[in-house]
Amino acid sequence: MLTFTIRRLILAVPTLLFISLVIFLLLELAPGDPMAQVPLTVPPEVKEKMRLALGLGEPGYVRFWKWLVQFFWVEPQVFVDHMFGTTFAEGKLRIISWQHRSPVMDVVVERLPQTLWVVGMSYIVGILIALPIGIYSAYKQYSMFDQVGTFITMIGYSIPPFFTGPLVIVIFAVNLGWFPFIYDTTHEVVDWDSFVYQLRQMIMPVMVLALQTTAQISRYMRASMLDNLNQDYVRTARAKGLSEKIVVLVHVLRNSMIPVVTVIALGLPAIFGGAIITEQVFSVNGIGAQLIGAIQANDLPTVQTLTFMFAFLIVFFNLIADVLYGILDPRIRYD
Amino acid sequence: MTDLSNDEPTTPHRSQFADVWHQFKAHKGALLGGIIFIIIVVGVYIGPWLWPHDATFIDIRARNQGPSWAHPFGTDQLGRDTLARMMAGGQTSIAVGLTAMILALGLGSLVGVCAGYFKRLDGILMRLTDLFLALPILPLLLVMMLLFRDSLSAAVGPERGIFILIVVAIGVTSWMPTARIVRGDVLAIKQREFVLAARSIGTSNRHMITRHILPNVLSPIMVSATLGIANAIITESALSFLGLGFPPDFPTWGRLLNDATQYLQDYPERVFWPGLAISLTVLSVNYLGDGLRDALDPRIRGR
Repeated sequence: MLTFTIRRLILAVPTLLFISLVIFLLLELAPGDPMAQVPLTVPPEVKEKMRLALGLGEPGYVRFWKWLVQFFWVEPQVFVDHMFGTTFAEGKLRIISWQHRSPVMDVVVERLPQTLWVVGMSYIVGILIALPIGIYSAYKQYSMFDQVGTFITMIGYSIPPFFTGPLVIVIFAVNLGWFPFIYDTTHEVVDWDSFVYQLRQMIMPVMVLALQTTAQISRYMRASMLDNLNQDYVRTARAKGLSEKIVVLVHVLRNSMIPVVTVIALGLPAIFGGAIITEQVFSVNGIGAQLIGAIQANDLPTVQTLTFMFAFLIVFFNLIADVLYGILDPRIRYD
Repeated sequence: MTDLSNDEPTTPHRSQFADVWHQFKAHKGALLGGIIFIIIVVGVYIGPWLWPHDATFIDIRARNQGPSWAHPFGTDQLGRDTLARMMAGGQTSIAVGLTAMILALGLGSLVGVCAGYFKRLDGILMRLTDLFLALPILPLLLVMMLLFRDSLSAAVGPERGIFILIVVAIGVTSWMPTARIVRGDVLAIKQREFVLAARSIGTSNRHMITRHILPNVLSPIMVSATLGIANAIITESALSFLGLGFPPDFPTWGRLLNDATQYLQDYPERVFWPGLAISLTVLSVNYLGDGLRDALDPRIRGR
């Protein structure tokens, strides 16, 4: 198992390098000019100097290499400096956003908590709802609960978040007035009342994202339970005289969770992608909104860094899913 | 005492297609989904012929109207008829969905068949598939839209340019699941006796693939096709919703939804129709895919 993990870790390095190269080459073709906003009265040689100052004068491979060094070497050093008060990154050039004129990572660190709160909470809520639904509808296959549950998960699967988002806004914010219309990112939790306010403004985005998660995971849970419920070991367990509760919730559930856990791990990056849209709908000022803003402002270093971070999440969670699968299921042997 | 001399089957022999159709009919949701999808497609393409209002006709005096007999879905902020715009938008959305699906399916089947059939290509093609699977699709699509929109619009005109761009972008980023499924099936079929028999009479690789392998992997390809349509429609709508899809005056369902959200406080009901159209289309296509999968693969029936 350890050798497999190490092998996968080593294999992840060229994958990530390739992806960063693809993103870089895509952005290299960008027709947009960061100097387009500069007034026409600025003479061309000054513009050329500004371009050089942004690091645009050098050939592509030099810039790609510099970006790699900045992302994988300088930024971790900054992180270590920040954590332990050391001075490794003193005077080194970081990835600078053209839009904010400050390091990209500083903006990311500023915005990440908003995304993590909403995305993380919705994922947990979604899983907590999905598992019981999946278990029960598999146990009572073709019952009323199963039919309704399957239909609802199919709806949740099919309705895109950019429709459910406005829909819940119309219902709960416009008509009922229960929750605030947009997400206030400057809000700070200091006492009980502000905590309640934070909860109230989180409910709608969490609801939208959780619906998708619930739909996907409960479908997997149901299918996986159905696979296991007809196995011989279940009959054996029943024949031993174990109670139905133990048979289903211990024997069957533990075996059914194996593929579901990997699906949960694999789905996490996709949820971050979905958060891009949800953040736009609810005006949550997270990294998804940062990406959209950077794309619209032609801020290439930010776009490159954020897109690569999304890719990194995907590769990382794929790795986790593979390793988890091997750990949980003793029948799977990679080596 | 039964009559043993009569050994003829009581029901006439059914072809494979009739068998699949029989199974498919039994799945009520799939049948309903198929019917609804056909109604939507027909309505969206035939509807503008029958409906008197034009999608781009601006009647500023009739703006922001609620539902009435003249305008069943109301009108927008410029007095354009929402029903006509829904139909025009649906044409684009469904056209994008179908074309992107065909492109993704073609690419996926090509890669899958090559990887499964030619051992030398297997490793490299599957690594490529893995790499593509690790790409962050939505951010990359956004970046591609940003980068190539203007240049393509200048080359072949704004609407067609965006159409080509969206179809190609969705196509090249969603062929991977098809490729994987097809490869797996091809690997299994290659071991079967009929392939050996065909090889022993000197069938060339080209004929082997087109006559023997492809017909046998058609069922997973068809299931991927339905899921591909749903995926492409949602992706196109998401791009239009984020403002990086078709130009503002060119209606698609996602764009209509985006326009409606800007008037959310004053006219909240306007969000409803385009969202419902997207959801209903995707839902019906998903059910269709579910039923097809059940009909084509008896082992997973009822899952």
